[in-house]
Amino acid sequence: MIYARGLVKRFGNFTAVDGIDVDVARGEAFGFLGPNGAGKSSTMRMIGCVSPPTAGTLRILGMDPHRQGTAIRARLGVCPQLDSLDPELTVAENLVTYARYFGIPRRTAKARAAELLDFVQLRERADSRVEPLSGGMKRRLTIARALVNNPDIALLDEPTTGLDPQARHLVWDRLFRLKQQGMTLVLTTHYMDEAEQLCDRLVVMDTGRIVAEGSPRSLIDRYSTREVVELRFPDTAPEDVAGKLAELAERVEVLPDRILLYADDGDAAAEAVHRLALGPASVLVRRSGLEDVFLHLTGRTLVD
Amino acid sequence: MRPALAVFESYLTVYRRTWRGSVLGSFVLPVLVMVGFGLGVGHFVDAGGRLGPVRYLDYIVPGQVAVTAFNQGSFESMWPVLSGFEWSRTYHSLAAAPLRIVDILGGDLLFIVFRLLTTSVVFLGIAAAFGAIHSPWAVAVPFVCALLGLAVATPVHALSARMTSDSYFSLLLRFGLIPLGLFSGVYFPVTALPSALRLLAYLSPLWHATEVCRAATLPGVPMSALALAGHLGYLAVWLVVGFWLAVLAFRRKLVS
Ligand SMILES: Nc1ncnc2c1ncn2[C@@H]1O[C@H](COP(=O)(O)OP(=O)(O)OP(=O)(O)O)[C@@H](O)[C@H]1O
Ligand SMILES: [Mg+2]
Repeated sequence: MIYARGLVKRFGNFTAVDGIDVDVARGEAFGFLGPNGAGKSSTMRMIGCVSPPTAGTLRILGMDPHRQGTAIRARLGVCPQLDSLDPELTVAENLVTYARYFGIPRRTAKARAAELLDFVQLRERADSRVEPLSGGMKRRLTIARALVNNPDIALLDEPTTGLDPQARHLVWDRLFRLKQQGMTLVLTTHYMDEAEQLCDRLVVMDTGRIVAEGSPRSLIDRYSTREVVELRFPDTAPEDVAGKLAELAERVEVLPDRILLYADDGDAAAEAVHRLALGPASVLVRRSGLEDVFLHLTGRTLVD
Repeated sequence: MRPALAVFESYLTVYRRTWRGSVLGSFVLPVLVMVGFGLGVGHFVDAGGRLGPVRYLDYIVPGQVAVTAFNQGSFESMWPVLSGFEWSRTYHSLAAAPLRIVDILGGDLLFIVFRLLTTSVVFLGIAAAFGAIHSPWAVAVPFVCALLGLAVATPVHALSARMTSDSYFSLLLRFGLIPLGLFSGVYFPVTALPSALRLLAYLSPLWHATEVCRAATLPGVPMSALALAGHLGYLAVWLVVGFWLAVLAFRRKLVS
């Protein structure tokens, strides 16, 4: 569905995407995970055929974005990072007019709009203006709009950024259904849990490069231990204690506000910390996640 | 053409809700012109006899129709365009659909033509009711207005697409649109202007449209085919160059 080799995007002499290789297969849910400025949106815009690559090869649905951009866009559904709904139209009109850009007849467009409003649970708001909708509702409407043409690939750039947990879960649930229906999903996120829940496969991006690739599970297995112990020391500078902890775990990460001990048996490591009697303010044992993978790969946290 | 029509259709969807107010608005201006210029200013001008046998009302109507189209073509290309890029970002969503830049611009311009035609037809109807139309050639005026409106809408589209805030619009108004409106032969013949300003008038698309409209509504203002072709050709050049500039500006904003 998507094939990229050595894909580069430069703005002036700033390189936003620095030679990435991507393959996405039909029916797959593929994720780009990375912090702000990693180059996720720049990549998505190239795939969406609104941003010509500076270098490299890109094929989407077997076509060349440079020569067949319109034909490719006809088969994509795009949910951009920033909402771009028409504030002068109602919720339903936003869907119908957008369907018309794909050459869908008016009657079909109306039926499709009604169906999609059911799907994203906005039926009661069909005749409301866009303005008073909550952030979560706008996002769901934007996702519905991306689906009007029954796309072969849905491109979702940070579908849940800025939403409260409840609104995020609703969006996840809808995206999960799309995935079950066999739609190819490509999404970007800087939320680990989102990537873990939705993506079959993902790449971790940092400063325009891909630093790791695989399923969420395989990445965690490869780049992290099974469990993590999070320690907080209120009075001591973390650097001072870190040396004493090095023995207790496979790896120790020192963050400004906490220390992470990577160990396959978290409880045993926590037990060992207690024996040292350093007096941490809190000790938390949890399973490793993609956040830890990212920290290992880049030495930085994902969300600050 | 079909994709541009789909864009046009989306504007009509909004217009269906607001047309009453906008049509009412397009009645108010011509009525004010008839009363203010016809009865008020016209009274003094006609007493002075500087325009010869022509009533000032009859003189000003074709100019007013033209300047209305000039303003409408500009305004419809200012805030709506800036908003489409910077505030509502609707142009960005159009660019993600299977539309080309020319389809997006085409849809904008179709809607502007539609508005120009309806406004000038209403204006002419009211002017006719006040007895200010004296030639059957007046039926050509809406088309001249449409051409004028597009001739300014396209370069203004290009300008607005390059802006990031609306603070430049007041400059455009003060140093562009308002002076052109005043010195393009709408209110008085350009021969009354000092020669430097007269040159500005000859460059202004509004002057060329005003000349044609005046010849089409006044009795005894003949215009040679060559002069007519020159005026319309000049407007067409603005339209073509403006369209090209707008395509470049839109591409720069939408494809990056
Ligand atoms: N049109 C542009 N012109 C210049 N620089 C740009 C442009 N678009 C993006 N950039 C730069 O490219 C880098 C990557 O941006 P991009 O939007 O792709 O990151 P991102 O991973 O989507 O980040 P975020 O999580 O903030 O959305 C950033 O440093 C950004 O400032
Ligand atoms: Mg982004």
